[in-house]
Amino acid sequence: MDAKITLAVDDASPIPAADDANAPASAGRRTFIKAGGGLALAVWMGLPPALAADKKTAAGATLTPNAFVRIAPDNTVTVVVKHLEMGQGTFTGLPTLVAEELDAAWSQIKVEGAPADAKRYNNLFWGPTQGTGGSTAMANSFEQMRKAGATARAMLVSAAAKRWNVPAGEITVKDGVLRHAASGRQASFGELADAAAKEAVPETVVLKDPKDFVLIGKRVGRTDSAAKVNGSAIYTQDLKLPGMLTAVVAHPPRFGARMARYDAAPALAVKGVVAVLPIPSGVAVVAKDFWSARQGREKLQVQWDETGAFAGGSDSIIADYRQLAQKPGLVARNDGNSAQALGNADKVVEATYTFPYLAHAAMEPMNAVAHFTGDALEIWNGEQFQTVDQITLGKAVGLPPEKVTLHMLFAGGSFGRRANPHSDYLLEATHIAKGLADQGKRLPVKLVWTREDDTSAGWYRPIYVHKLVAGLDKAGQIVAWQHRIVGQSIIAGTAFEGALVKNGIDGTSVEGAANLPYRIPNLTVDLHSPTQPVPVQWWRSVGATHTAYSTETFLDRLFKEAGTDPVAGRRALLTGHPRHLAALELAAKQAGWGTPLAPGKAGEQRARGVAVHESFNTMVAQVAEVTRRGDGSFTVDKVTCAVECGLAINPDVVRAQMEGGIGYGLSGALFGAIHVDKGAVRERNFDAYRVLRIDEMPHIDVHIVPSAGAPTGVGEPGTPVIAPAVANALASLTGEWTTEQPFIKAKA
Amino acid sequence: MIQFTLNGKRVRLDVPADMPLLWAIRDHANLTGTKFGCGIGQCGACTVHLDGAPVRSCQLPVSAVAGKAITTIEGVSAPSSALPTKDRRARAAKAVQSAWTRLDVVQCGYCQSGQIMSAVALLADNPSPSDADIDTAMAGNVCRCATYHRIRAAIHEAARDLSSAKA
Repeated sequence: MDAKITLAVDDASPIPAADDANAPASAGRRTFIKAGGGLALAVWMGLPPALAADKKTAAGATLTPNAFVRIAPDNTVTVVVKHLEMGQGTFTGLPTLVAEELDAAWSQIKVEGAPADAKRYNNLFWGPTQGTGGSTAMANSFEQMRKAGATARAMLVSAAAKRWNVPAGEITVKDGVLRHAASGRQASFGELADAAAKEAVPETVVLKDPKDFVLIGKRVGRTDSAAKVNGSAIYTQDLKLPGMLTAVVAHPPRFGARMARYDAAPALAVKGVVAVLPIPSGVAVVAKDFWSARQGREKLQVQWDETGAFAGGSDSIIADYRQLAQKPGLVARNDGNSAQALGNADKVVEATYTFPYLAHAAMEPMNAVAHFTGDALEIWNGEQFQTVDQITLGKAVGLPPEKVTLHMLFAGGSFGRRANPHSDYLLEATHIAKGLADQGKRLPVKLVWTREDDTSAGWYRPIYVHKLVAGLDKAGQIVAWQHRIVGQSIIAGTAFEGALVKNGIDGTSVEGAANLPYRIPNLTVDLHSPTQPVPVQWWRSVGATHTAYSTETFLDRLFKEAGTDPVAGRRALLTGHPRHLAALELAAKQAGWGTPLAPGKAGEQRARGVAVHESFNTMVAQVAEVTRRGDGSFTVDKVTCAVECGLAINPDVVRAQMEGGIGYGLSGALFGAIHVDKGAVRERNFDAYRVLRIDEMPHIDVHIVPSAGAPTGVGEPGTPVIAPAVANALASLTGEWTTEQPFIKAKA
Repeated sequence: MIQFTLNGKRVRLDVPADMPLLWAIRDHANLTGTKFGCGIGQCGACTVHLDGAPVRSCQLPVSAVAGKAITTIEGVSAPSSALPTKDRRARAAKAVQSAWTRLDVVQCGYCQSGQIMSAVALLADNPSPSDADIDTAMAGNVCRCATYHRIRAAIHEAARDLSSAKA
């Protein structure tokens, strides 16, 4: 695999708009070269910069039929990917779609991150907004990227037909070579690029019959592996620009506190510190390198005004929520009459669950490079909401969005954090760049958050309290189900409110609960959305992070009351949900559900637990195998996972996302908790905010349900299922379901 | 002025003695493969080799490595490898990076330089580690994408490659 990756950092678009395709043949190429040459930097992955500037190995025009594909005379096929690569595989999956329909050789594919552009690179599920999230990258791009490849292919074929004077229908394309069998002629894409660039862009193209797929559905190696195993991949943290400064920020110690006054002198006395700037979120110390900036921040004297600071904390929030959970909220779903059915039930079961704040804790702490020049703003970052950020950052410095250029770099993890609807850390970097420019220093500046800044900044998965009440009839059938959720709205006050909050109900607060698939005749889901001064945000799998746990463990509790097997019980209630059933059956079969487990050592008990959950239109079932010791400690030994995600474009990437999703979900369930005490965050680094390590990682066995359906997301749906599967396994040994996450409490 | 060997080359850096080696490497020697993750020696993203042994560069003041040999991810990566071809670490690095690529271990990739430096040190010392050996050697390296399952498999595969190359 020697596909090369480049991330566009040129200050003009490298690709002409689609309607420019018939412009003078070399326009696209010239624009790219000029822009690339005009900037002092080229970020190429896997190629030295000298080669990156331009590979003029062959003359002629580059074929640029649309915003996603460029075929150059040097025979490279550049695929422009509109979705951030944060580990989930967009830089492999989207190029696979193009290469498939183009019949390119995988080795000739280069990958480039798209610049922010709501017109050309919008997420088709999100209207005129470019962004990566909600496990939509593959689902919204599936046809678009295939069409992009098919269009380029048609133009190459058309050019070859003219050159060889043969019918287009007699030309075949395979592995990047066009052939005419009867005359024995053949040509590479590169040889035909110039001629094909003169062809009209076809208005319609025919896509392949799935039975003819060569790459889709097969394992294709990740395009970013090579650069990520030799240290050459460039993340925001690694970017260097001429004259670039580094900033760290002194942030208020409590939510709601503000800077009252500061003394910059001790910080400015540190060698290397060049500026101290008050900004809305604190006081920035700007220096020639990180260490000087950090030393400067240590010396900086700031007095904080804590009069408006939050006085409460996690404990008081949870206590309040438990009170609220006694009162009805806004109704998100109401089937039948659950109150009446509960009154008539033979047995009533009730449980209350609590979920803590969770930090995303991506390996690369939040950071961004910003350069404000007075009439333009440039940002370098791996962020998920490109065009939302473009608007917000532009407003902050008085510029229209088109004057804000965003360059996409690899993100060192995100899990939702870099999709901040308020552009929090990007805004901070922008204010620093603006502050520097106001002092006459129109230089690029890299904002670096330390791990402590990152962990204590907020934007957590909210605290939630769930109360569930269910009624069983004499036969053990579930006749009533009432599910009440209490928690901050993630969406309220964001640009997504209009689309995602309906009748006061934030859909992300109740997803997974309001669409419970089980056949229960009387079912109510209601919601309270109190506000808090702690800022919150989506965390990998969003609402499912809590609803999968409460619903799937409560269901097992009811099955135990009724003496029903957890797999058989779910199967009986999932009529009409074939995709859920397919995942459940496959996981159960592969895990050997119902067969004896290998015994543990003396004093150990072993058990399996199952859970199934839909998120982002993907169904995942998991069977966890646990070993529990006499002292109550346990290990998760093995997880058998089945996923129904429609057509699996790249089965190995699907497996990787399930494996990683399970590890991420297990980390949160076992140890994850951010505690706020008197408005301040207790955990600040990995010593206190414990995360899963290799010795706690179970063996994972992933199976994909064969499907010809349209592809659905895989980045998030593996995450929420593991916690209930583990809890159900443990409960089958102890008879007790943990109602509080995390399972393992930190020593206070 | 602090002098040490970095990937086989003598470097002299004009940095404060208490600057962590990590920032001297990243900001002053301009090698950015070594990552900043936590700054307190808890995550392993900054792992480099000090005279062949894995260390957390965020915890070492640069003055502590004066006169010593530091190897970073760039230093073990072909074709820029600073290690003699027959060196145990060079062979281990080649096997580890090849297995990492074949198994597509990486996701976001940010921790992987550190993971690889820890894995190379493990295999240079112990050419056929058990799962338990791997867990012990690698427990200091956090991966939030949780690629641990593949890290374990890739280390085993690299170990097999090393033993078959020897045979």
